Amino acid sequence: MQAFERITSQVIPLDRANVDTDAIIPKQFLKSIRRSGFGPFLFDEWRYLDRGEPEMDCTDRPKNPDFVLNQPQYAHGRILLTRENFGCGSSREHAPWALADYGIRVIIAPSFADIFFNNCFKNGLLPIVLDPETVDQLFREVGPGYELTVDLATQTITRPDGQVIRFDIEPSRKERLLKGLDDIALTLEHAEQIRGYEARRREEAPWLFVPIQP
Amino acid sequence: MGKTLYDKIWDAHVVRTDPDGSTLLYIDRQLIHEVTSPQAFEGLRLANRKPWRPEANLAVADHNVPTKNRDRGIADPVSRLQVETLEKNCAEFGIPVFSMRDHRQGIVHVVGPEEGFTLPGITLVCGDSHTSTHGALGALAFGIGTSEVEHVLATQTLWMRKARNMRVQVKGHVGPGVTAKDIVLAVIGELGTAGGTGYTIEFAGEAIEALSVEGRMTICNMAIEAGARAGLIAVDDKTIDYLRGRPLVPQGALWDQAVEAWRDLHSDADAVFDRVVELDARAIRPQVTWGTSPEMVAPVDGVVPDPAREPDATKRKGMVRALEYMDLKPGTPIQKIQLDKVFIGSCTNSRIEDLRAAAEVIKGRKVAANVRLAMVVPGSGLVKEQAEAEGLDKVFREAGFEWRDPGCSMCLAMNADRLEPGERCASTSNRNFEGRQGYGGRTHLVSPAMAAAAAIAGHFVDVRDF
Repeated sequence: MQAFERITSQVIPLDRANVDTDAIIPKQFLKSIRRSGFGPFLFDEWRYLDRGEPEMDCTDRPKNPDFVLNQPQYAHGRILLTRENFGCGSSREHAPWALADYGIRVIIAPSFADIFFNNCFKNGLLPIVLDPETVDQLFREVGPGYELTVDLATQTITRPDGQVIRFDIEPSRKERLLKGLDDIALTLEHAEQIRGYEARRREEAPWLFVPIQP
Repeated sequence: MGKTLYDKIWDAHVVRTDPDGSTLLYIDRQLIHEVTSPQAFEGLRLANRKPWRPEANLAVADHNVPTKNRDRGIADPVSRLQVETLEKNCAEFGIPVFSMRDHRQGIVHVVGPEEGFTLPGITLVCGDSHTSTHGALGALAFGIGTSEVEHVLATQTLWMRKARNMRVQVKGHVGPGVTAKDIVLAVIGELGTAGGTGYTIEFAGEAIEALSVEGRMTICNMAIEAGARAGLIAVDDKTIDYLRGRPLVPQGALWDQAVEAWRDLHSDADAVFDRVVELDARAIRPQVTWGTSPEMVAPVDGVVPDPAREPDATKRKGMVRALEYMDLKPGTPIQKIQLDKVFIGSCTNSRIEDLRAAAEVIKGRKVAANVRLAMVVPGSGLVKEQAEAEGLDKVFREAGFEWRDPGCSMCLAMNADRLEPGERCASTSNRNFEGRQGYGGRTHLVSPAMAAAAAIAGHFVDVRDF
C-alpha cells in the first residue's frame, strides 16, 4: 500500500450530500477482476454525457462541462471536499480504488459511511472528518488556485493564509497509513493468539468447528 | 450492567484489543461472491498465502449471472470471466462453492440462511453491504471491502472498533397490507440514510417479534440503508424453528448444545443503549420512495414533498436534484405515478413469502398495458423450486410476469436485466440511487405486494384497498 505523509494540493469542491458508491463507480465497472484502471471511470455518470462501458477509451467521450472534475481550475486537485455521508451504499472497494487511481489522496467531509471509510485506509487514501461548520467555511473559501496542505504526522490541515485546522485519526490507522503497512502481515504476527482463541472457542461452541460440507 | 445482544456477540469474538481500542475480532464465517473477491484471491496468491480455514467460507456467483437462457452460459465475456474466476479461485484455495448450475445457487444473502450456513451468535461477513440481512437470525453480520475479504481469508479475523448500540423499537402491530418492507422504509425515513452510521441497530418491539424470520431478514437487510453496518434481531422460537433441519446446521447432540447457547442471544433487560428510537407500528402505511435515496420515502396515500419546505440547505438541494432526476413535481400524489417496469426480487424481497404475497395480489389479474416488463426473480434455486411446487410461477406467468432464474438481477443491473434511460420502475429492491437499476433509470422502492398491485394497475395503488 502507498504510504501517506503530506500533501499540498488544489481542492475539488463536490457540493453534494450522500454521494453513494454507485455514483463514485457505477456497477458495470465492477466486472473487472483487476484492482487498477478505475480512475478514468470515477463519477462516470456525472462526468460524461454518454454511457460508460468497461475498457472504454475515455479520451474522446463527451464530458459534462458542469461537473467539477471537468473544470480546468480543479484539474490537478488531489483533495476532495464534500458533504455528509460520503461513500454510502455498497461495500465496493472499487470506489476508493477509483478515487486513488484518479489521484485523490484526501477526502474531507462532515461524515462518511462506515464501510467506505474503512476501505479508504486500505488504499492509502485519507478520509478526514471535520465539523460541518468548518466544512462550510472551506466550501466558501475554495476556488481557483486554492490549496490546502494536509500533514498526517501532525494531523493538521493548513489553509492558504497559514491558519491550521487539526483533525483526529485513530493511532493505529495513522501508523499504518504513514508506513504503508500490510495489514495481513501485521495480523499474522498475532497468529498464536488467534489459535489460542480458536482453542477456547472450540470448547464453548464446538458446532462452529465442524467443517462445512455443502 | 446488562449486555445488549451486540455486546454479547462482540465480547465472544474478541481475540485481542489494543490500547487505542482497535480490536482483532474473530470471524466465524464468510460468504463470497464473484464481484468483490477476485482481487482478494489475487492478493493471497501474490503473497503466497493460504486461507486460514477454507471450510469457514461458502461461495456462490449471484451479481453477474443471467436470469434467463442460463443453459447458454453468460453472453457478456467480462461477466463470464468474473464468474469463471470465482469458480477457479475456489477450486485452487479449497473453498466450497455452488456453481451457477447448482440448484442451490442464488443470492448470497438468501442462500446463507436457507442452507443453515448462517447461525445465531456467529460473526459473518461478506464483501457486500447487504450482509446485514443475516442479523435476522441473531448473527453479527456486516459488509466489508475486498481488502478485508482477503484479510478474513488469510487470518479469520478483522480489525474493528466497536460500534455504538441503537435499539429501534417498533411498538404495537402493523395493520393489514403493511409488511416488513414498509416497516423498514418507515424506519429509514425516520432515521435518515446516515442516522445509523457508527451504530449496530437492534430491531425490537411487538411488530418485529410478530414478523416471520424471512420478514426479519427484510428488516435487517436494509439496516445499511440507514447507515448501520449491522442489524440484529433477538433469537426466539421462530429463529430455532426456521433453522431446524437445514443442511448445514449442527447435528445431533451439537444441535441441542447450540440451541441452549442460542437461547441467551437477546439483550438483557437492564442493557443500556446509546440511542433508542421508537416507532408506532399502527401509524405505518405502505411506503413508496420518491427520490434517489432510501430516506426519500412517503406513504402510498401521500404526495411527493416540496423541497421549498425543507429548511436545511444541503437537504433541499438534494431534494431538488432528486426530483429532477426522477422527473417528478412536488405535490404529485404517489398514486398518480405511472410505471414502465416492475421488478420483484433482490436480497431484500425474493424469498418464498415475498413471492406468495405478490402472487396473492395478482391472482387472476393481468399486468397493465403500460407496463413493458414485469419480472419475478426468485432469490435462489430452492426458492424457485418451492414456488413452482406451489404453482406460483403459473400465477405470475398468467398475469403477464416473466418468471426468471435466481440472482441479483435488476437490483443493481450488472447482468442484462436493467432499466433504459428514463424508465420508471416499481422495485422490491433496496436502493433507489441514480443509475442503480440502469443508466438514467428511475427506481421506486416498495414491498412485494405493492409492486404486484402497481404492475396490475400500471401506477402505484394502495394495496390495502386493492
